[in-house]
Amino acid sequence: MEAASLPAALELAAGGGAGLSPEKRAVLGASLLLLQRDYRFERVWFWGCIRGVRGAYYIAEGLGPDRAAPRSRLYSLNCVEWSLLPPVTEEMVAQAEQLKGRFQGDPSFEYEYTEINAEDAERLFEDGKEPMIKEESRLVATIEQIDKAVGIIPRGAFVKTPLGSVRENRNFEGLSLTEAKKLSSYFHFTEPVNLKNKTLLEKADLDPSTDFLDSLEHDIPQGSWTVQLEKGGTVVVLRSLLWLGLTFYHVPMTKQYGYVYFGTGEKNLDLPFML
Amino acid sequence: QHGHGPYQPHEPGYGLYQPGYSPYDDQIPDPKSRMLAIQNAKAYLLKSSTTSGLNLYDHLANMLTKILDEQPANAVDIIENISKDVKWAQFQKKMDTLRDEHEILPTFEAAEKHKALFLRANGEGDEELEEEIGETPLPNVMETAFYFEQAGIGLSKDEFYHIFLALKKLISVQPIQTCRFWGKILGLEMNYIIAEVQYHEGEEEEETEEEEVIEEGGKGMGEVEDEDEKKEDEPPKSTYKPPPVIPKEENGTGANKYVYFVCNEPGKPWVKLPPVTPAQIVCARKIKKFFTGRLDAPVVSFPPFPGNEANYLRAQIARISAGTQISPIGFYQFAEEEGDEEEEEGGGRDTYEENPDFQPLSVAEMVGSLSAWVHHGQSILNQGRCVWLNPFQKSEEEEEDDEEEEKAEEPNELQQEIGPPLLTPLSEDEGIQNIPAWTAEASTNLIPQYAVAILQSNRWPGAYAFASGRKFDNIYFGWGHKYSPENHIPALPPPVQAEYPSGPEIAETRDPTLEEELAFKAAREEALAAAEEEEDEEDVDEDEEDEDDD
Repeated sequence: MEAASLPAALELAAGGGAGLSPEKRAVLGASLLLLQRDYRFERVWFWGCIRGVRGAYYIAEGLGPDRAAPRSRLYSLNCVEWSLLPPVTEEMVAQAEQLKGRFQGDPSFEYEYTEINAEDAERLFEDGKEPMIKEESRLVATIEQIDKAVGIIPRGAFVKTPLGSVRENRNFEGLSLTEAKKLSSYFHFTEPVNLKNKTLLEKADLDPSTDFLDSLEHDIPQGSWTVQLEKGGTVVVLRSLLWLGLTFYHVPMTKQYGYVYFGTGEKNLDLPFML
Repeated sequence: QHGHGPYQPHEPGYGLYQPGYSPYDDQIPDPKSRMLAIQNAKAYLLKSSTTSGLNLYDHLANMLTKILDEQPANAVDIIENISKDVKWAQFQKKMDTLRDEHEILPTFEAAEKHKALFLRANGEGDEELEEEIGETPLPNVMETAFYFEQAGIGLSKDEFYHIFLALKKLISVQPIQTCRFWGKILGLEMNYIIAEVQYHEGEEEEETEEEEVIEEGGKGMGEVEDEDEKKEDEPPKSTYKPPPVIPKEENGTGANKYVYFVCNEPGKPWVKLPPVTPAQIVCARKIKKFFTGRLDAPVVSFPPFPGNEANYLRAQIARISAGTQISPIGFYQFAEEEGDEEEEEGGGRDTYEENPDFQPLSVAEMVGSLSAWVHHGQSILNQGRCVWLNPFQKSEEEEEDDEEEEKAEEPNELQQEIGPPLLTPLSEDEGIQNIPAWTAEASTNLIPQYAVAILQSNRWPGAYAFASGRKFDNIYFGWGHKYSPENHIPALPPPVQAEYPSGPEIAETRDPTLEEELAFKAAREEALAAAEEEEDEEDVDEDEEDEDDD
């Protein structure tokens, strides 16, 4: 969610029972602004909070002029001081996927590989590296996975300029109530995967400036999003069931939207059994 | 050429306008002037009125058109009304038969419901106000909300206030002694808001006939026999006896100590959840399903859940309450002796009361050590009850009737289950792998004087508890599932049951080999030979030749 609209956004996304204490809210207002100044971000998003066993990580993302470019991610343990996370690599993601269990809450904690293939272990031993992974890497890999899988925006909120960069659409006035209840009105804010698989007929209907991302309609498994109207039907809240804790809110016919993650940072692999 | 006259006797107007006496006679002498006169008349008729802007010509034309279109009966009698209608229609918009209906947004209806919460019931005067201010079972939801907010837990203030008012409505309708906001469970289509209540003593309504829990039935007992058929041809009867149903605990004790009401949104009517049975708890431990938000939705799972979503919800609430209802140590104490405390089954005490001499610990102590907290929710045994019950107790009478072979073993096999007693401290809670069962922290490190101690459960993510001075509370916000670091493994189907015991009378034996046959025959021959002492040896030879041909 946008740092500028944080207080109102937290009220709207609080249906799941997770939020921030007044102390954190107060300090975030100031510290996110300072982040913007120090790192020269154009936009700062408060991404959410990953709860570890002994502490919690608060995550913020900074965006540059092209909103679809890889974002800089920062974490903090107390919302006052922020540290930049290293950019994510594929290797990090692959390693982090093998880890199970909660985050510990200590960024320098090292996980030991207990269940890896014999080949991987041999390979790693040859390289001279020990099979350990730091919690920091796991953190950044998890954030990247969550953003890629369930970071969503309403259709029309962003436009692709002819030069290829992505910017906010200033003419976006919000989805209507009927549109807001449909999954096809929301896009994954990440590199599209299914777009080129659409038939020519479908592609003819698309508007290349706004429809350049994958919509949620064809997410696997079907039913992995819940769409609800909260607060008497004034806010549309989407919750992901794959990453429990991700909440997306949008007030129809207004420009307010955003997503935030409050959870333990674990993928819900039992989803097919639970539906 | 003749214009208007002269009228014949049968025509109306006869006798009027006698030539020379018509009012216009002097003005209309000849045809050409008559045309002019007509034009003048028409021009006069077309003159617009100064007050209404209408003119008589158009009005008459409209009126006649309307009459000719509609062809009313007795048009001449209602001509004045028709004229008035035509004038009135001037000022109405032309409406299509298809009109745009004002979209009745569901938001408006929801807003109506919320507004209804805020209206005081009719007939409430000032006298009743004083009654309310006294002892009321209504919990101070906003106060609880404030404390949890210090930790960043909770819904928006609006929602809390709506829940507050909805609870007030619930209390005014039901005879409730204590009431608590238990929490919110999220679902796929709708969410559940749950209130935990206790009825006044003796005021609890009698339960209506509950449907019997459908157990796994025994195998079929064979077809119906006609009396003519021989009994020997009956297929073997099944020896399967289903395990006995463990009865649920009484309302007000154990897992059914509290009664739970749920609603989807504050403003909607509260629905009472049925009491929970041990079979439901045992099954709920094996399955993991999302709630849809509709209480009558079926729960499709394996092992099949005995009930619908309302029962599943109630079972999960029971498990969560048993595992996560905690309080600071010393707040509750066991009641004074009231006679037999030790139950026959060996269960511990199950009642507690508030300790009037409670001394609250400081926040640092509450956060630092888990032994400063105790469970006041009774834990549920493997059997599904809080107090163990031997289901075979009553079978003493039946033992004489049934075969003793079957019954004698079973009562000895069931071990009495004992769970941790009430008011055990949290330090006894097992963690999962290397994660402790609870995470404790203070709400703020900057202002320790006014910090609140917060506990988050790791076994049931979403269960929280706070303590600050003499105040404490528990709450749950989540999806209603237990945490397990391993993936959920659904139960496998049981092994295929044997149809009937195999014994020599139905087992197929091996066909004898040639040697065995020969040996058997030889043995038989010897026996025959021995029996027939008078037989010649020639007969024996013949037999041997016959055997070679075989």
